[in-house]
Amino acid sequence: MAQLKERPAPPRAALGHRLKGLLYSQRLAPYFFIAPFVITLLAFWAVPLVRTFVMSTQSVMFGEASFIGTDNYERLWRDRIFWQAMFNSARYMVLTLLILIPGPLLLATVISSRLGSARIKGFFKASLFVPALTSVVVAGIIFRLMFSESSTGLVNEVITWFGADPVRWLRTDLGGLVALLALATWRYTGVNILYFLSGLQSIPDEYYEAASIDGAGKVRQFFSITLPNIKPTMVYVTTISIYGGLAMFLESFMLYAGNASPNNQGLTVVGYLYRRGIEENDLGYASAVGVVLLVVIMTINLTYLTLTGTFKKEESR
Amino acid sequence: MSAPMSPSTTADPSTGPEAVDVRPRTRYPLPRALFVTIQSVFLLVIAFIVLVPLVAIFAGTFQDGGEIMRNGLRLDVDLSRFSFDNYVMLFTDSGLYFRWFANSVGLTLVQVAGTLLVSSFIAYGFAVYDFKGKNVAFISVLLLMTVPFEIMMLPLYVMVNDLGLADSYSVIVIPFLAAAVTIFFFRQYFLGIPKELLEAGRVDGVTEFGIFFRVVLPIARPAMAAMAILNGMVTWNNFLWPLLVLRSAEKFTLPIGLNTLLTPYGNNYELLIIGSFFSLLPVLVLFLCFQRFFVAGMTAGALKG
Repeated sequence: MAQLKERPAPPRAALGHRLKGLLYSQRLAPYFFIAPFVITLLAFWAVPLVRTFVMSTQSVMFGEASFIGTDNYERLWRDRIFWQAMFNSARYMVLTLLILIPGPLLLATVISSRLGSARIKGFFKASLFVPALTSVVVAGIIFRLMFSESSTGLVNEVITWFGADPVRWLRTDLGGLVALLALATWRYTGVNILYFLSGLQSIPDEYYEAASIDGAGKVRQFFSITLPNIKPTMVYVTTISIYGGLAMFLESFMLYAGNASPNNQGLTVVGYLYRRGIEENDLGYASAVGVVLLVVIMTINLTYLTLTGTFKKEESR
Repeated sequence: MSAPMSPSTTADPSTGPEAVDVRPRTRYPLPRALFVTIQSVFLLVIAFIVLVPLVAIFAGTFQDGGEIMRNGLRLDVDLSRFSFDNYVMLFTDSGLYFRWFANSVGLTLVQVAGTLLVSSFIAYGFAVYDFKGKNVAFISVLLLMTVPFEIMMLPLYVMVNDLGLADSYSVIVIPFLAAAVTIFFFRQYFLGIPKELLEAGRVDGVTEFGIFFRVVLPIARPAMAAMAILNGMVTWNNFLWPLLVLRSAEKFTLPIGLNTLLTPYGNNYELLIIGSFFSLLPVLVLFLCFQRFFVAGMTAGALKG
C-alpha cells in the first residue's frame, strides 16, 4: 500500500467522507473491482496451467505421480499418431483459413454494395447467421446424417443429380475432410461476413468517391482501399481462425459420433489429448500434448499479432 | 442531378433506400438492372442452400428416426408417410428430455446473469481507474483470450475430481464468471462514458460501488444486451466442460443429453432428431425478436481498435 500513498489523491476523493473512506476511496476501489478477475486468473488459469506443465514431466497413473523428466516429450516426438493428429489439425486450420476469409470477405463486399434490394440482403444476412446459432452438437448431428454414406443421403443425392457416384463420405479421408469443412463453412461464414461488414462500414465513403474520381475501377478500389482499411478486422478474424482451427475437436467428435474415426482420419490434437487424458487416463502424457499445443498456438498467435503490429497497439493503451 | 451525395445518407448501405444509386461518377461494368438481378439471385441461392440443413432436420422430425440413421437425412421425402408420432412421443414419452431442457435454461440464465454482473464489475475497474499493476492485469485479460480452454480442461478436470466437485453445476458456472471477451467489451463501452457523470455521482456522495451500480449499469443496457446474447449462446451450446463434469443423467444439459442418444446401439433416434430440432427453437425465436442484439453480441470481439 505504501507506494499507493505516494500518488496524490484525486481532488474529490474521500472529501468529507473520511469515516466511510473505504467505500469512497478511488485508490482502493479498483482493487476491489478487479479482485474477482485476479482470483479467477489464479484459481482457474494459473494453477491449472502450472499443473499442466508439472504433470507433463510426470508419469501419472492411478493417482501416483513420479517425475520422469522429458520422457513424455520424447515419447511424443516418436509418436506417429500424435503427428497424424497434428497434421490433421494443421490441415484443417489452413483450409478453413483459405475458405473462411476470402469467401465471407467477398460476400460482405457484395452486400455492402450500394446496389440491390435491401430486403434480399437482410434476408441473406439473417439466413447465413442462423447456423452460428446452432450448437456444434446439433450441427454435427445434422451434418453426420446429411453426409450419410447411403446413396439416399442428402449430399449423395445432390451429387448424383450432377452425375457423380455416391461417396462413402465419413469412411474416406478426403470425404471426411470435405464433410468437416462443409460443417465449418456452414457454421462460420455468416459470422465472418458480419465481422467484415462492420469493418467495411467503418471505411468513409469519401475514400471511394475520391478513388473513382481518379479513375480507379472496382477491383483496384478493393485492393487499394478496402483491404488496407479492414486490417484490424482481418487480424481479428485470422487470429480466432488459427486458434479455432488448431484447437478444433467438437466438430470432429460429433461428425464421427465419438473420438474414434477410421484410421484416425478425424483425430485432432485436442482429440488426442482427450483420448490420452480422459479416455485412457494417462494424464502425464496428455499434459505433454497440451503443452505442445499451447506453445504452438501461442507462438503462431503472438507472431501474427506482432507482425501486424496489433499487440504493440494494445499494450500501449 | 450532379449534386454530390452527403456521406451521412449512405452510412449504412444495407438499409439505405433505393434512391442512393444516383452516383454519376462511378462506372458500373454491367447495366444496373442486370447487376442487381445477378446479385439478388446469387444471394438468394446461397441463402437457401444455407437453410437446407435446417429444413432437412425439420422434415426429419416427421419421419422414422431409425430409417434416417440408416439412410441419412434427405429432402425428397415421401409426404404420405409423414406423421406426428414423434411430436406425440416428445410430449408424452421423452424420458429426461424436458429435464435436460430445463437444466439448460436454468444454467444459461444463471451463467448469463452472473457473468454479466461479475465481468462488468471487473471491466469497470479497468476502464475508470488508474492503479498500479493495471497494465499487467489487462495484458493478462488479452492473453486469456488466446489460451484455448481445451488445454485447461485436463488440469481443471483433475482438480475437480481431487476436490470431489464432479457432477455439480458450480464448477461449470464459477470459472467462467470472469469472461475475458466480456470484460474486454464492457471496458470498451465504459471508456466511452463521460467522466462528468461519475464526478456528479461523487459530488452527490455516492460510493464508488454505488456509482457503478446506480449510475453506470443503468446506462450500459445496450452492452448488457449484446453480452447477454453472446454468453447465452456460449452457455446454451456449451458441451465439452459439462460433458467432463456432469455424471448423472438427471443433471445433463441438452447438448450432453442429445449426445448420449447418438450411439450405435441407440433405440431412440426419433428423440435425437426431434430433440435436436427443439433445442434450436428457443435460440431461433430469440434471434427473430432481437436480431440487432445478436449481431452486436456475436461480432463484439472484432470491435476493438
